[in-house]
Amino acid sequence: MSHEYVPEIAIDRDGKKHEVQGWQGDFYGGKLGFWLFMLTEVMMFGAMFLTLTYYYSLHHQDFIDASSHLNRLLGGTNTVVLLFSALTMGLGLLKMRTGDIKGAKLMIWATILLAIVFLGIKAVEWREEYTHGIFLGLDALQSGNEHSRPFGQILFYGMYFTMTGLHGFHIIIGIGLMLWLLKRINAGQVSTEHHILHFNIALYWDLVHLIWVFVFPYYYMIGAGNVH
Amino acid sequence: MSKSYLEAGETHCAIGHPKTVFWQWMLTVDHKRIGLMYAAVILTFFAVGVLVALTIRIELFAPGAQILDGDTYNQAFTLHGVIMIFLFIIPGVPAVFGNIVMPLMIGAKDVSFPRLNWFTFWLYIFGALVALTSLWTGGGFADTGWTFYAPYSLNTNTNVITTLVAAFILGMASILTGLNFLVTIHRLRAPGMDFFKMPLFVWGIYATAWIQLLATPVVGITLILALLEKVFGIGIFDPSKGGDPVLFEHLFWIYSHPAVYLMILPAFGIMSEIIPVFSRREVFGYRTIALSSASIAGIGYLVWGHHLFTSGMSDLAKTIFSFLTFFVAIPTGIKFYDWVATMYKGKIILSTPMLWALGTMITFVIGGLTGVTIAMIGADIHLQDTYYTVAHFHYAMLGGVVFLLFAGLHYWFPLMFGKMYNETHAKIAFYLNFVGFNILWFPMFIAGYQGMPRRYFDYLPEFQIYHQISFFGALIFIAGLIYMFTVLIKGIKNGTPSGSNPWHATTLEWHLPSSPPPLENHTKVPYVDFRPYEYHHGEPVVKFDYKTMQRID
Repeated sequence: MSHEYVPEIAIDRDGKKHEVQGWQGDFYGGKLGFWLFMLTEVMMFGAMFLTLTYYYSLHHQDFIDASSHLNRLLGGTNTVVLLFSALTMGLGLLKMRTGDIKGAKLMIWATILLAIVFLGIKAVEWREEYTHGIFLGLDALQSGNEHSRPFGQILFYGMYFTMTGLHGFHIIIGIGLMLWLLKRINAGQVSTEHHILHFNIALYWDLVHLIWVFVFPYYYMIGAGNVH
Repeated sequence: MSKSYLEAGETHCAIGHPKTVFWQWMLTVDHKRIGLMYAAVILTFFAVGVLVALTIRIELFAPGAQILDGDTYNQAFTLHGVIMIFLFIIPGVPAVFGNIVMPLMIGAKDVSFPRLNWFTFWLYIFGALVALTSLWTGGGFADTGWTFYAPYSLNTNTNVITTLVAAFILGMASILTGLNFLVTIHRLRAPGMDFFKMPLFVWGIYATAWIQLLATPVVGITLILALLEKVFGIGIFDPSKGGDPVLFEHLFWIYSHPAVYLMILPAFGIMSEIIPVFSRREVFGYRTIALSSASIAGIGYLVWGHHLFTSGMSDLAKTIFSFLTFFVAIPTGIKFYDWVATMYKGKIILSTPMLWALGTMITFVIGGLTGVTIAMIGADIHLQDTYYTVAHFHYAMLGGVVFLLFAGLHYWFPLMFGKMYNETHAKIAFYLNFVGFNILWFPMFIAGYQGMPRRYFDYLPEFQIYHQISFFGALIFIAGLIYMFTVLIKGIKNGTPSGSNPWHATTLEWHLPSSPPPLENHTKVPYVDFRPYEYHHGEPVVKFDYKTMQRID
């Protein structure tokens, strides 16, 4: 299947020739497929945002109280880190298109580095919350004991760990994808003429940072004005 | 030159070039082979699901315990539901005929992502294996019903976790199938074939693929949330932490209601293929059938609330959901009138596929219209969770989707195997199935109307007569199924060669150079400048020279 693909020609009744689109080397097909896949991610996170909004409407004050305890400095730093990584990813794709393979690889490495920084900061943040007694499975997030938080706070933190956890999982997958991409570039299987894989991974990374752009205000900022 | 795709060596593989026939099948990326493998696995699960259902029927033959205890009974109906829904009917028509026939119908060599298709098949098998392991591990198979309603699913000690994981994996497989088909239909249609020149089955698959793509992620994340709830206690669906179990029902049905349209739309597509071919007439109202598929998919998203009329919802929401549900009946009605109008003054040929299609017209109309009665809030308060609803669901799903799946099996049988089954025996099998089916399910409408609740292990003596009639119907139905599959399997083994277009059909999958088709389908891709069902005086209008795929009529 690796030999060069030559598109077939269909001939209509007037003898006119029409090029047939095959599944091989279909750049727009690959692009469309990945956009559709991104749509499923949006639906998945969308359902979680819906859940969050519903509980926010029920437990308004609890959500604001819980949010004000999150570390906005670390969360904000992470937002900046992720936005920068989206920039490096995009620059990498531009370099790939103009034929600067070396520059593209450099930019992918930069993106991986920023992704690891993001995960590191996230780990520090979760650890800090754990030492404050707030983590999945700890008493504060169980009902009916002396440390129990109010219902709204349990739900807020439950969703917080679920969504940031799932987002972090997507970051890890993204790092894996970028390493794979580098391997393919080194093997010469991704090139300026044939860069659909690079394109789609850049698209994936954009979605990952876009989701964070919504996660950040929903969790960190709603309690920003809460003085305590 | 045209070797059949079934012959040894006639395939492309995902990895390498295996020498043995076994590995050539395991690693194949050919859409026809993958579809056949889906058919084998899916129909096996169907048989298992039927056997579990028979066990339930035997148990219900008389009040009190017969062969099962109450807890096992709960596991039995859950197993029946999980197998039939997740392993059989959701992949069902799209995975089998979407794979085998859809690329042929649009003149493509394969789907857009053949390797992804291969991966998806094995993902489905993996999900099925995970579901089966939960039978023997942990606290036994789930006893929650296939809907996994919170909070019971969160508290039960049975192995719900594994079943949830399995459902998630199977959902992933479904999403990837839909994605593959969407891109295929958008990108790989033969030159000249615009959307309104596609066969109606392709329209059905197209509408279905959108539902698979947009609705499945919602149930996926709902199952993940339930899973995290069970493992970490995040509180989302747990009332003791302020969570709302009704939210689970909402999120669950946001997917699972569109899922029933995901099942029926490709099946309606099969109907739209069979009716014009066996009436030898151009389909009536092509555009309305095509667009009604799309609008059923659209409206189907907005009606999930009718599953929650008795779960606690505002009266305004109930009224809106009730009205929206009625609207689904409009495009469905349009399809039925179109099919009937197609047959009017047609040259009707009562071959087995046509018999199945006509039988479905009766059973699905009963299933569909009883659905409208329970979409009414007042009637639903009385009928929710009774045998009436069970009978409605089975008339629509078994009498709609599965009957049409069988119709498709007979219709595309010569395409898949190049041979013909015994027509007389196949017809007898249909009549057995049809009679058995109605004796099995119709009494349940009456029992349900009189108050027999679903999922109950025991019942009052006055319902016994209905359960016993159902039981005898079940025996006839199962005899019919065994008969039908025997006829088909005999047909595969020693049926007479069928030629490439035994039904005088018009769509592209019947214009192949050999029967069964060769590896890469049509010899050349044709230019499509005709409508899919053109008949003139009962004969197909469009004819091809199969060497050059140019029109010669």
